[in-house]
Amino acid sequence: MNKKQRRWRNRIIVALVIFAVVMAVEQSGLLATLFGTPGDVYASFVLFLIPYLIAGYKTLLEAARNIRRGDPFDEAFLMSVASLGAFAMVLFPLTEPHMAEGAAVMLFYQVGELFQSYAVGQSRKSIAAMMDIAPEFANVEKDGELTQVDPAEVTPGTTIVVKPGERVPLDGVVVEGASQLDTAALTGESVPRHVEPGAGVISGCVNMTGLLHVRTTKPYGESTVARILELVENASEKKARAENFITRFARVYTPAVTLSALALAVIPPLLGMGAWADWVLRGLTFLVVSCPCALVISVPLSFFGGIGGASKLGILVKGSNYLELLAHVDTVVFDKTGTLTSGTFNVVAIHPEAGVNPDYVLSMAAHAESFSDHPIAVSVRAAYSGEIDQAKIGEVSEESGHGVSARVDEHVVLVGNDKLMAAHGASWHDCDLKGTILHVCVDGAYVGHIVIADVVKEDAEAAIASLHDAGVRRCVMLTGDRKDVAEAVAARLGIDEVRAQLLPQDKVAAVEELLSAEKDGARLAFVGDGINDAPVLMRADVGIAMGAMGSDAAIEAADVVLMDDHPSKIAKAMRVARKTMRIVWQNIVFALGVKILILVLAAFGIANMWLAVFGDVGVAMIAILNAMRCMRVDV
Amino acid sequence: MRKSFKLDEIDCANCARKLQDELASIDGVDAVSVNFLTQKLTLTAADDRFDDVLQRVVARTAQIEPDCDIVC
Repeated sequence: MNKKQRRWRNRIIVALVIFAVVMAVEQSGLLATLFGTPGDVYASFVLFLIPYLIAGYKTLLEAARNIRRGDPFDEAFLMSVASLGAFAMVLFPLTEPHMAEGAAVMLFYQVGELFQSYAVGQSRKSIAAMMDIAPEFANVEKDGELTQVDPAEVTPGTTIVVKPGERVPLDGVVVEGASQLDTAALTGESVPRHVEPGAGVISGCVNMTGLLHVRTTKPYGESTVARILELVENASEKKARAENFITRFARVYTPAVTLSALALAVIPPLLGMGAWADWVLRGLTFLVVSCPCALVISVPLSFFGGIGGASKLGILVKGSNYLELLAHVDTVVFDKTGTLTSGTFNVVAIHPEAGVNPDYVLSMAAHAESFSDHPIAVSVRAAYSGEIDQAKIGEVSEESGHGVSARVDEHVVLVGNDKLMAAHGASWHDCDLKGTILHVCVDGAYVGHIVIADVVKEDAEAAIASLHDAGVRRCVMLTGDRKDVAEAVAARLGIDEVRAQLLPQDKVAAVEELLSAEKDGARLAFVGDGINDAPVLMRADVGIAMGAMGSDAAIEAADVVLMDDHPSKIAKAMRVARKTMRIVWQNIVFALGVKILILVLAAFGIANMWLAVFGDVGVAMIAILNAMRCMRVDV
Repeated sequence: MRKSFKLDEIDCANCARKLQDELASIDGVDAVSVNFLTQKLTLTAADDRFDDVLQRVVARTAQIEPDCDIVC
């Protein structure tokens, strides 16, 4: 609690104690013996006014100010009218006095307001703590001495020092030292990342073990940590439909209830349907439940909490609206490379001809491909454990799209696909494995082939299964791969539908076609690695970019950003979204239900003011507590 | 130009909503959002009039929510 809240709390406690004493005195009949009848009523009137004023004088002043401003539909004003009205019932000598209710309305209203203020402050704090990834300083070496400076003042290209236990303040590249980085605050991933010279480091990570010298690559404003903070803070500005509904509802609810209260207090008695006092009291009871606060606070708080909770898992949701859409996703489209597969190629098998050593096949291929930067060539070299002797390599000619022919150790080596073999008249045969097949031919004789495949991520299969569990109807995979390769991967992962042999520009069309096949109310999410897929990310209902650590383009174009590259996070994001929506609707139904029930009961004279106070502050408290559950994510 | 300011002591969500509605109607304000949860006011106005518009926003806020300060 802050200072203002503590003073407020003390005032309420004092008022509550006095209220209890006055209640006891009134019940004891002491007033009647002292002042007689009707003197006791006036005495208790004055006595109840004491706690009432102590607790509520600020609200009364605020109400007076609002009247001067000409805004009668203000919570403070309506509460003041309701409670003062209850006191004023003393003017109807034939009815029961209602001073206790009047004081109670104000007291409990204050308790509720204080609780709201406290609860909201707490959730603000816990979200701030969750987002406590902002670095406070950067160590810059100057004339052999380390000085701490504001990260915002460090220009790109400066070498900074990050000590163990400190947070990396800016994005950069390690130039000296090796260490383990804790990325949990950014990605939700608990396994530390090893870095050494040449490795990129992301601001917001915590350096755990060794001293690092880092050359910065970005100014603070463009660094990962600053962008994440900005994104999460602004997320609540993109409102969900449920939020907009509440805002519109709040605009009409208070005036509607206030006018009904007036009608209820005036019309029936004018029609001769009963005593004035009775109907006026019912009208006042209406006013007590006229504030839509429970909804106006709890709904945005739920979204705020959901977004905060998701970010704790390394899932950045760029707006409440996307959280809402995510909850209704029934089709997830993957751009295969970078999402389901890691995008790096690996040698998965070597099939030599009879009598040939597999190492010989690999060695020949590695030598022939030694000058190429093609991912396939890189994977072949990576698989070859021996030394590549540059001296052995003679003339190399690359045949684009087919392969290479090279002179290695005075042998003519051909490494490439079917077309290369055919072009050189070499014999070859197919492989039963799926993937890219690299045939190797030495001096016109076929020695075997190497099978290379994109590596499927460890959690890809589990990710698809958990999406199906979460109620996703179909998972679609888009890829530029050959149909048979794509189908083999899809079958292994449990993908429902495959679009293969797509060119990058075909992907938008494919997603559009899938979008048009969506049922009403169902949503389509597209998952990409953020590289070259901005148009598709934007076209889908929800664009999800993954592996976004440090990729600006992805953070920009996507609606949901996964900080690491685990596809299993998608199902987690959906679970957070669904939970949030469930809590939002629970609160809407519960708060409106109770309020309407109390209004109906009050109109028939069944609900009294005590119940109405619960309908206002009690409901708000329960709704807030419920909303705070959104922050807890343990999926 | 778009700029964010911190709002102190904005205690009630319904008041924040009303404040936003009121501020949006001020002449020269292109867009304004009052975020109750992040306690942030984001104002968009033309560059050349920004300071002038901001002054009016501050004055109007003081009128509607006397407890609430805009920290520039």
